[in-house]
Amino acid sequence: MVDFCLHGLICVHRRSRVQLWLGCVFVFAVLISQSLFAQSLDSERPVPILTGAAGYFTKVDGGQNELVPEINPVLLVPFGDHWLVESRAGFEGEFERPEGGGPYGGMVGKEIDYLQLDYIANPYVTVTAGRFLTPFGIYNERLYPIWIRNLQQEPLIFPISTGSSDGVMLRGGFPLNSKVNLNYAAYFSTLSTVNKFESDRTTGARIGVFLPGPRIEAGFSWQKKLQEERPNSFGCHFAWQPNPLPLNLRSEYAWSPEASGYWIEAAYRLSQVPFWKGTMRRTEIVGRAQQYFAGAIEEAEAEEYGLPDVNTQQGDFGLNFYIRDGLRASASYGRRFSPDGNSNQWTVGIAYRFALPLGRAQ
Amino acid sequence: MKIRLTLLAAVLALASGVYGAAAPRNKDSASEPVVRSAEDADARRIEGEQRFHANCGRCHAAPHKFPPRMMATIVRHMRVRATITDEDMRLILSYMTQ
Repeated sequence: MVDFCLHGLICVHRRSRVQLWLGCVFVFAVLISQSLFAQSLDSERPVPILTGAAGYFTKVDGGQNELVPEINPVLLVPFGDHWLVESRAGFEGEFERPEGGGPYGGMVGKEIDYLQLDYIANPYVTVTAGRFLTPFGIYNERLYPIWIRNLQQEPLIFPISTGSSDGVMLRGGFPLNSKVNLNYAAYFSTLSTVNKFESDRTTGARIGVFLPGPRIEAGFSWQKKLQEERPNSFGCHFAWQPNPLPLNLRSEYAWSPEASGYWIEAAYRLSQVPFWKGTMRRTEIVGRAQQYFAGAIEEAEAEEYGLPDVNTQQGDFGLNFYIRDGLRASASYGRRFSPDGNSNQWTVGIAYRFALPLGRAQ
Repeated sequence: MKIRLTLLAAVLALASGVYGAAAPRNKDSASEPVVRSAEDADARRIEGEQRFHANCGRCHAAPHKFPPRMMATIVRHMRVRATITDEDMRLILSYMTQ
């Protein structure tokens, strides 16, 4: 039995070594193929930037008041024509009054969302290594920043197969023809228990099509965990910005053995309203409906992942006001329906997106 | 099986790399130093604006224009983040730096 295990381990070790070498050859091949034909295409050299968002929100969840100051700095450091180092950290306070009254107190959470090296090998492939946002659906990668999201509350299904991964990713987008763009991401993530760099051993991919004419985007995501029960999870997304209207429709569905669900969101900018034009064009109304189905998930596990442990439905309505470029005030109300008890969810706050050059910008 | 898959991925990546590098660039790319006419410049600006709204508007409200070197970094970041195509990136960068 011991021999068998030892033999198995050696085989796995050898296989891993072969795969590692092949992986190196693969990355090397991409780098060489591009550098052989490299062309300098930008007349303006990019400059490092410190950007990101800061915000302050008051949230009321079922009568419990919470103050949430937040800052998410993003550092972008470009090298040459093809390289980019990018990183985002998150500092989020969650301050509540203790039961029975008293001053607000709480913790400030600190996270490194991504710290990655990107190599834009050619128009079809970008190689990413390091810690990156897991490409599952669109919310995690594209809609998460507080200055972008239409409602400050994340969707109920958001924790399903998202977060950050440590490993290697290939991604890119290219036109299939004049009417259809294809985009993809495929990745492998290793298990990590390093503080602030935690990740699961997973592999997965996302593929999507974007029709620039009607501005429709649809895609499919898959992830397989390569540890524990090795479960699969799936997701799909849809987005549409109809040309004649200042309307933004988005939707995501996700399924995993632990939970599943979907959300549908519509955001409408009031720029076509014929009165108070100056104010209306800066105002946006948002509605979102979502349904969550608890699967094989225990209460403690659900709490760890930030998922409800029972079936839940929620409807939200929000109002955003764009004060100036990058500065937005927002307010929202949501009603959550759950066997654990229905509750009201209020959010009021402000978010600011900043961008500072770390060098000569002109 | 895994080794075969890895080999296949390596071959595909190499092929895409060679093809991508060897493929003819769009004549209207941002690197084109000479703008042929005012009409061309106008058409390019309109095309850039359309690509900007189609791509960037998928996620967020239109930002104002930043200085050219900042814009170059931002567009590179967004190319990776939002898997924007090479051609779209060039047209958007050109439009946002005019």
